[in-house]
Amino acid sequence: MGQITLKQVRKSFGDVHVIPGVDLDINDGEFVVFVGPSGCGKSTLLRLIAGLEDTTSGKIHIDGKDATDLPPAKRGLAMVFQSYALYPHMTVRKNIAFPLKMAGMNPAEIDKKVEYAARVLNLANYLDRRPGQLSGGQRQRVAIGRAIVRSPSAFLFDEPLSNLDAALRVGMRQEITELHQNLKTTMIYVTHDQVEAMTMADKIVVLNAGNIEQVGSPLELYRRPRNLFVAGFIGSPKMNLIEGAEAAKLGAKTIGIRPEHIEVGSGPWSGTVALSEHLGSDTFLKVDAGELGIMTVRGSGEVNVHTGDRIQFAPQADKVHRFDANGLRLD
Amino acid sequence: MARAVTPRRKALNTVAAWSVALIIFFPVLWMILTSFKTEPSAVAMPPQLFSADWTLENYSEVWARSDYPRFFWNSVVISVGSTLLGLAIAIPAAWSMAFVPGKRTKDLLMWMLSTKMMPAVAVLIPMYLIFQRTGLFDTKTGLVLALMLMNLPIIVWMLYTYFKEIPGEILEASRMDGASLWKEIVYVLTPMAVPGIASTMLLNVILAWNEAFWTITLTTTKAAPLSAFIASFSSPQGLFYGKLSAASTMAIAPILILGWFSQKQLVRGLTFGAVK
Amino acid sequence: MSTQSTRLASRIMVAPSVIVLFIWMIVPLAMTLYFSFRIYRLLSPDRTGWVGFANYTWFFKSPEFWLAISNTLALVLGVLIITVVLGTLIALLIDQPVKGQGVLRILVIAPFFVMPPVAAMIWDNLFMHPQNGLLGAVSRAFGAEPILYMEQYPMASIITIVAWEWLPFATLILLTAMQSLSSEQLEAAEMDGASALNRFRYIIFPHLTRAITVVILIETIFLLGIFGEIFTATQGGPGSASTTLPYMIFKQAIVAKDIGRAAAGGIIAVILANIVAFFLMRSIGKNLDA
Ligand SMILES: Nc1ncnc2c1ncn2[C@@H]1O[C@H](COP(=O)(O)OP(=O)(O)OP(=O)(O)O)[C@@H](O)[C@H]1O
Ligand SMILES: [Mg+2]
Repeated sequence: MGQITLKQVRKSFGDVHVIPGVDLDINDGEFVVFVGPSGCGKSTLLRLIAGLEDTTSGKIHIDGKDATDLPPAKRGLAMVFQSYALYPHMTVRKNIAFPLKMAGMNPAEIDKKVEYAARVLNLANYLDRRPGQLSGGQRQRVAIGRAIVRSPSAFLFDEPLSNLDAALRVGMRQEITELHQNLKTTMIYVTHDQVEAMTMADKIVVLNAGNIEQVGSPLELYRRPRNLFVAGFIGSPKMNLIEGAEAAKLGAKTIGIRPEHIEVGSGPWSGTVALSEHLGSDTFLKVDAGELGIMTVRGSGEVNVHTGDRIQFAPQADKVHRFDANGLRLD
Repeated sequence: MARAVTPRRKALNTVAAWSVALIIFFPVLWMILTSFKTEPSAVAMPPQLFSADWTLENYSEVWARSDYPRFFWNSVVISVGSTLLGLAIAIPAAWSMAFVPGKRTKDLLMWMLSTKMMPAVAVLIPMYLIFQRTGLFDTKTGLVLALMLMNLPIIVWMLYTYFKEIPGEILEASRMDGASLWKEIVYVLTPMAVPGIASTMLLNVILAWNEAFWTITLTTTKAAPLSAFIASFSSPQGLFYGKLSAASTMAIAPILILGWFSQKQLVRGLTFGAVK
Repeated sequence: MSTQSTRLASRIMVAPSVIVLFIWMIVPLAMTLYFSFRIYRLLSPDRTGWVGFANYTWFFKSPEFWLAISNTLALVLGVLIITVVLGTLIALLIDQPVKGQGVLRILVIAPFFVMPPVAAMIWDNLFMHPQNGLLGAVSRAFGAEPILYMEQYPMASIITIVAWEWLPFATLILLTAMQSLSSEQLEAAEMDGASALNRFRYIIFPHLTRAITVVILIETIFLLGIFGEIFTATQGGPGSASTTLPYMIFKQAIVAKDIGRAAAGGIIAVILANIVAFFLMRSIGKNLDA
C-alpha cells in the first residue's frame, strides 16, 4: 500500500508562500519524480509529505487516511536524504537496524532483516564499519537499506544521487530502478536532473515556484508539454523557442521545436554555424539563424559542418509545438 | 597555518615559545617547589633553588592539621554534581535552540549569558538568607544547585554551539525512523555530541572546582570544598610559605592532573565551543 | 525542520533552563531591591523602616563609590587589553612550528586551573611580598629597593594577577582561531608581496575578530564579578585603593554590616552590569552568529 493524495496543500514560511496550493494523486506502486529548478519547492513538498514540516493548510491522505497531523514516525514512510543522514556513531548494521529497534522489534528478527537488506544492497562485507569508512555509493546504499528494512508504504528520496560522481550516479540510478521493480513500493523521488526524471519515472511532476506545471509520464511530457515552462524544462538539449513572424505563420505566439526534430541540409530556415560540438553519436550545432535567434540543431555524428559554415535546415512539421500568448499549448 | 620553515627558524621559535610558556607557568612551578621546602628555606633570601632543604613535612602537616579528604570529596561532589545536573537541564534546552531556532533564540541565549554578569556579591545577603531558610546552607545539595545555576548559561551556550554543527537531517532521519523525541536525544544527538559534551563537562567541572565566592560564603564546615580549605589557610605571614604552598598545591592538583589527562577535550572546552 | 509538535516540544525543553535561571535571578534580586529601600543594619537590629533612596544617595555621595567604579573599569579594561594583546602575540608565537607543541600548550593553559584564592596567594606571598617575595629578591639583585606592590600599586597588582589567570584563555581561543586560517591564504598574500606585518594586519587580524569578540564577551562576564583575588591579596586596600564595586558592596555587607546600603550597591551594580551587558550583546551578539 502506498497511495498518497495531496489536497490544496499550501506551505508558507512567514510571508513567503513556497507552495501556493498543490493537488496531487500518487497511486500505489508508482515511481513519481518531482522535478523543477532549484528553489522551486521540491524538497519542501517532500518534507510536507514526510511530516517534517506542517502544512499551512490543505490535507495529506496516505492510504485513504488523513495523515495531515500525524508525526513523521506514524506515517509509515521512509526517507533517503541528500546527505544520507547516516548515524555516524553507529556501525552500518546498527544504522540499518535503527528503525526496527525503534519499532521495538525483537533482536533475532532485526538481525534477519538487516542481513537480508545487506545482501540485497551488497553491503554484507561492510556491516561492522562506520559510515565514515564507506565510499559515497556505499553510504547511499546504507541509507537505502535503512529505508527498506521497515517495509514502508512509500519511499521518499530527496536528490539522493547529487553527491555522487557521474559514473556512480548512473549505476545507482539503475539500482534504484531495479529496487522499485522488485519491491513494487511507491517511490517519490526529488531531483533537478531531468535525465534522472526521464529515465526513472512512471510519472513526472514538474514544479515551478511551488506550482505544479504538469503531471504525466516522461513521454507525455516530452511529446506534449502543456506549457512553455515544461517545454523548456524537459528535453536535453533544450527545445528551441521561436517568436515573431515565423510563429505567427502557424497561428501561435511562440513555437517550439526540439533540436532532434530539425533536419539539416535543406529547408526554409538558414543560419551560420556559431559552434559545433561533436559528441560522437551526435553533433550539436549552435546556429545563428538571424531573426529566429540562436538555435540548437542536432545532426548525426558524421555531419560535416564547421564553425562559420552557412547551413539550411527545416523542422519536422508534425513535431512543431505551438503556444499561445499565455504560454499554454495550442492543439 | 603552520608552514614549512628552515630548521634554524624552527629552533629560534622553539626557544622563544618555550621561554614564554615557562614564564607563564613559572608561578605554579614555584609554588610547587616551595611546597617541598622547609619553612626557613622557603622564605630564604636570596631565594633558594638547588641549595634548598627539601622536605615532605609541609604536606604531612597540612594533612594532619586539616581534613583534606573531606574538602576534596566535597569539591568532587559539588563540581561533578553541579555539572551533571546542569547538563541534564541544558541538553534539552540546547537541542531546542540549535534545532528549532526561532526569532527569539539568540535573545534568549544572550539573556542567559547576561544573568552571569550580575555580580554575585550584589545578591549575597538574599542568597544567604534563602539558603538559611531552606536548610540548604552548608550542604552539598545547596552548592550543587548554586553552582549549577551559575554555570548553566555557559553549559547551554557551549552545547548549543556544538549541537549546531550536527546536521539537522540526521535528527530528521531518526524521526522518520520512528524515534520519539526522547529517543532522538538519547540515541542520536547525545552520542553524536559526545566530544562536545565531554569538553563542556570538563570546563564546567573546572569552573565549579575553582569557584571561590559561593563556596566560601554559603558554607561553614560540613560542605566546604577546597576553595574554602585554602581560605582557611589565609593571612599567613612569613614562616608559613611552605605549608601554604603545600595546601594550595593540594587544592589545585586534582584539577591540574585531570587537565593533563584530558588535554584534547580541555583545549576544545576552554574555547567555550566558540571557535573551531 | 519544524512542525507544530517540534515547536511545542522545543518550548517545553527550553522551559526548565529558563525557569530556574529566572528564579535564580529574580528572587534574590527582588529581595535586594526590597532591602535597598530599608534600614537594615545587623549592628542595630531594632532600627527598621523605609528610608526611600537614602541608601542610594549615600552611595552616590561616597567618594569611595566613584573610586570603586573607576577601579572596576580599570580592572576589566586592563585585563582585557593585556590578555588580548599578549594572547595574540603568544598565539602567533606558538602557532609557528615548534618542538613539543602539546606540552607547551599545557604549560600555557596551567594558570586557568588555579583557583582565585590560590592565584592570589602565589602572587601576594611568593612573588610580590616585599621581604620574602621573588620579585623583591630580583629588585635587590639589581641593587634597588623591593617594590611594595600591594601597597603602592594595588590595582596594577590585582590586574596582573587576574590577567595571568585569564591569559591562557585568550591565548587558546586566539590560537585555535589562527589554526583555522588556511595557509593558502597566507601563501597567496606572500606571493602578492605582503610583508609579515601586512599579512597580520590584512589577513590574520580580520580572521581573529570573531575570536577576540568571544574573548571580550566571556572575560567581561567573569571580570565584572572578580572578588576572590582582591579579598585574598589586598582586602580592597590600602584604604580603598583597590576596592572595586563588588568589593565595596561586600565591605558594606560584611564589614559595616549595613545590609540596606549593600543592597542599594547591589542594585546599582546590577544596573551597571546590565548596561554593559546590553551594549556588549548588541555590539558583539551580531558577531556570534555561527
Ligand atoms: N525553513 C525555511 N524558511 C524559509 N524559507 C524556506 C525554508 N525552507 C525552504 N525555504 C524556501 O523555500 C523555497 C523552496 O525550497 P526547497 O528547499 O523546497 O527548494 P528545492 O526545490 O528543494 O531546491 P533545490 O533543488 O535547490 O534543493 C526556497 O526559496 C527556500 O528559500
Ligand atoms: Mg531540495
